[in-house]
Amino acid sequence: MNKFARKNFKIFFKSKGEPMLWLTGGGLVISLLMITLLLLLVLKNGMGNYWPGGIVYFKLKNGEAIMGEITKTEYYKLPDDKINTLNDEDKKRVLKNNGKEKRFLVRVGNFELSNKHFEWVSLHEISKQDYPAEAIVLERLEWGRFYGFPKEFIVDGRPVASDLKGILKNYDRYHNDVRKLWRKKVSIEKGEIGKLNHKIEKERLKLKEAKLELEKAYLSKNNEKINEAERRYKKISLEFEEFNKLTKNEYDKLINEINKLKANYEKYGIKFLTADGKEKEVKLYEIVRGYTANTLSFGNKMGIYLNRWIEFLTDEPREANSEGGVFPAIFGTVVMTVLMSLFVVPFGVVAAIYMKEYAKSGKIISILRIAINNLAGVPSIVYGVFGLGFFAYTLGASIDQLFYAAKLPNPTFGTGGILWSSLTLALLTLPVVIVSTEEAINAVPNSLREGSYACGATKWQTVRHIVLPRAMPGIMTGFILAMSRGAGEVAPLMLVGAVKLAPEMPVDSIYPFVHLERSFMHLGFHIYDLGFQSQNSDAAIPMVYTTTLLLIGIVVLLNVVAIYIRNRLRKKFIGSVF
Amino acid sequence: MTELLEELKNNEKKTVYDPLLKDENIIIDIKDFNLYYGNKQALFKINMQIPKGKVTALIGPSGCGKSTLLRSINRLNDLLDYVRVEGDILLDGESVYDRSVDLSELRKKMGMVAQKPNPFPMSIYDNVVYPLKINGVKKKSILDEVCERSLSYAGLWDEVKDRLKENAFGLSGGQQQRLCIARAIAPEPEVILMDEPCSALDPIATYKIEELILSLREKFTVVIVTHNMQQAARVSDFTAFMYMGFLVEYGNTINIFKKPKVKDTEDYITGRFG
Repeated sequence: MNKFARKNFKIFFKSKGEPMLWLTGGGLVISLLMITLLLLLVLKNGMGNYWPGGIVYFKLKNGEAIMGEITKTEYYKLPDDKINTLNDEDKKRVLKNNGKEKRFLVRVGNFELSNKHFEWVSLHEISKQDYPAEAIVLERLEWGRFYGFPKEFIVDGRPVASDLKGILKNYDRYHNDVRKLWRKKVSIEKGEIGKLNHKIEKERLKLKEAKLELEKAYLSKNNEKINEAERRYKKISLEFEEFNKLTKNEYDKLINEINKLKANYEKYGIKFLTADGKEKEVKLYEIVRGYTANTLSFGNKMGIYLNRWIEFLTDEPREANSEGGVFPAIFGTVVMTVLMSLFVVPFGVVAAIYMKEYAKSGKIISILRIAINNLAGVPSIVYGVFGLGFFAYTLGASIDQLFYAAKLPNPTFGTGGILWSSLTLALLTLPVVIVSTEEAINAVPNSLREGSYACGATKWQTVRHIVLPRAMPGIMTGFILAMSRGAGEVAPLMLVGAVKLAPEMPVDSIYPFVHLERSFMHLGFHIYDLGFQSQNSDAAIPMVYTTTLLLIGIVVLLNVVAIYIRNRLRKKFIGSVF
Repeated sequence: MTELLEELKNNEKKTVYDPLLKDENIIIDIKDFNLYYGNKQALFKINMQIPKGKVTALIGPSGCGKSTLLRSINRLNDLLDYVRVEGDILLDGESVYDRSVDLSELRKKMGMVAQKPNPFPMSIYDNVVYPLKINGVKKKSILDEVCERSLSYAGLWDEVKDRLKENAFGLSGGQQQRLCIARAIAPEPEVILMDEPCSALDPIATYKIEELILSLREKFTVVIVTHNMQQAARVSDFTAFMYMGFLVEYGNTINIFKKPKVKDTEDYITGRFG
């Protein structure tokens, strides 16, 4: 026997440290597993959501027929008395499954006809199952999906084609042009009429301001002032009337144009027959996308899939956010995060510099540091309440009093908005930035500082030229952490400015281009809204996963960019110090 | 050794000086200098005159206070708020501990080279002209000229002239130390303080630095702290032996190494110490 061989298993066990290896490794594996499972769940549900499925047609034993996409299949426990009413074949199958029966959740659409988006169908209720080649699924501007068989293509109320091939040909021929006209109409409504409304609003405010001045003048009882104010008010009201006439003309012109467009695209439609035999005409412009789901090739499916993703990323939401895109939410999230970073990084870095470089280390600074660390543990909703109470209702209300008095009682800054949201989140992430900046400054070797002082540099010169550049990668780490936290935070935003549907974006083409007082859409809030506030929850839940996937993607993207910058800085400023 | 300690503590022992020192032109005059780290006294009644245009070496075992004394001259110890000093140090007859002294102005007169090379996180060029830039020199022609002159003086110009804009961290350890020396001499100070400048370098780099120190003697006064007695013997004109915060013996290097007057100095130099 080798004289170095183990003699005492217990000692061997301890000295090799096997239990610790298993314990530490196990901890890592469990953490990784949980994160991976979460990501897989989001990835699977999020990616799969937009894949076009086939349309199934069920003829039921009670004589009804339903048609749609199967979105879920599950087994459920059938009550015993129910089992007894089944026919022999079904009964045998159910009993074999321990009294459990299979059922399908079918997305039946056609909400305006049936008042249902989804329907459960049990296997024993079905008498015939089919995948009809001529069945068509439509995604529409309103009322959600539509499933049906095309009957006639209608132009100006007259049918021009009544066979599937002819209808599809006409659809391909007109659909794009009709949609283009419709989009033009929307852009006139949103763009030009919106701008006009802004102009009118501005003039109206001018009038109101003059009126307020006049009231003030009456109160002052100074005749000269009253005369002056009256003259001004008269002048402005005359101008306003003139302006009104002018805009009325402009407005009418735009409305005319819209009506013309409408007449042009509203004459096209397709008449459908639903599974339960009802007839329904769908206007062509209402159709976002339509396809014969059961005859698609893989390429077609891929095309629809990608097209849906593009719509998701670039379009505005429809149907209470459960359809369409999330572009405003992406935009709002990014703008809010950038604004937040602009606020939090300078403040956090400056505070950390003071604590590390200027303040004498002692009890007060220690207490301060503990307090800052504790701030990171305050529930985020508390920050939301503070943001609403202080920023919006106190600061914002004062700003309104001073600068937007004419608009009152409608608040401008005195309510939630993107400025207050980003300030609130800046406050929330401030501890993260301060702590990581402090650590980065701590890691700057003292020999560098001394070298700089020995050159005759002052404290600020040393901080500015030596400490900050050297600590930059560490500061970037704090910035990354703050950004990730800020982009994913929802609770405080619900109070200070994130909304379900924002009519206008915080940055647009109307002067002054950046509107910090506006409320905005946020992906995190969007997820919450879809998942818990949606009326059509079965349709919304897959969207929850897709939106989550997108939010994770955006956070990852922001992080990757920041990490890239950090690594470049690290190479530049730290390098190889031996 | 304990005897010496007792004697010094009781203020019985006096520093032994070399009479040759009297003939020298004095630039730094340290007078009855005491220094405390909190309650602990680190320097005891140092009286020492450093001659102009010469290399003066401070030797002694670790913790004897040589670095502390060196850092007292350009007041780097002020950075620690628990340090307290008594006595005075004069540079060119002016007190450096006077209340009216502006530290930036003072340190402009004294370049410093640290134990470990400490290039700043910027380019080679910016490193060298840093002392000028922070003093508000903006003219590019002056900066360029100073950069070339300092780097040439430090023997680094030929090695780096093609990559002045590159990061200083790309240089080797020895090059980095010579860069730090170039930075120290850039503002043309009167004194250069070196705190064990070769302790982190290999023998070849050390040799180059020693050569450089010898050539600096012409133009600057050099005060160097070193652990390496051969180095002190090679580069310095005067040597001070310190022990436990006291200046034990101070004089011409040849005399100190050949025939030290105090037995402890001899013991330390010959390695029979402790």
